[in-house]
Amino acid sequence: MSDKLRSALDAMTRVRGVRGAMVVAREDGLVVAESLMEGIRGNAVAALAANLAQRFRRASETAACGLPQFIHLQASEGSLLAAPAPSGMLLVIVADADINVGLARLEMLKAAEVLA
Amino acid sequence: MTITRAVEPWTLEPLKRFVAESAARLALLTTNSGQVIAQHGFTRAVDVMSAAALGAAIAASTAEIIRMLDEPEFRMLAHQGQQHGIFLAHFGTPRGPMLALVVYGADSSIGLVQLFFEEFARELVLACPTPTPAKPVLAADFERDLNQSLATLFGR
Repeated sequence: MSDKLRSALDAMTRVRGVRGAMVVAREDGLVVAESLMEGIRGNAVAALAANLAQRFRRASETAACGLPQFIHLQASEGSLLAAPAPSGMLLVIVADADINVGLARLEMLKAAEVLA
Repeated sequence: MTITRAVEPWTLEPLKRFVAESAARLALLTTNSGQVIAQHGFTRAVDVMSAAALGAAIAASTAEIIRMLDEPEFRMLAHQGQQHGIFLAHFGTPRGPMLALVVYGADSSIGLVQLFFEEFARELVLACPTPTPAKPVLAADFERDLNQSLATLFGR
């Protein structure tokens, strides 16, 4: 794994409540790099999160809102966060339900800068 | 309306689920030699036969390259075009090895197809009835079987 990817993942996994972080190829839905707790199916989350991001993007464009900058899916037992990164990547975090979303978002945006 | 049809009825429900979940536009399930077992999305028999023959040929030539490299058997190939992607995979069932040829568009991705393909292959193995002893293949039976298969696949 390259230093850039490693430091992007490190930045995201440092946030309290993060169960796993991934760099995903946005168009393909394939895992580029991951740092996940045991029991999280990285390839499944990557494929579904990329598909979700793609659909949000279409919805957002259709509504003339531009491109999505950050996606927060709050579920009953956890959260899924996603943010587009340069070079066709998507940053994905799987986290506890009570994660500090603001802090996680900040770290994802920093990680996106690292990958630029 | 896009139709899903199967020569082997036990493949129909898993194929329908796979197509719905992966958003595949075309799907073709064949034996290693290109004999069609089920299809989704094809409207012309000639397209099915061509795709089955080409899929089997690609799998055979790839398997040969893999053999030359002393690698384990051929599992999957993917091609990403501008508007469509192609996924070709080889997997085993109690009825013998099979090939799946999947064409997907911009509303899906290779990750999604791969993900649901794993489930599809598992479901097929579970749904597969106990194999019966193979009969000798006769030239006279071959054309009749082929016509029967095409009639089933296209509802004619």
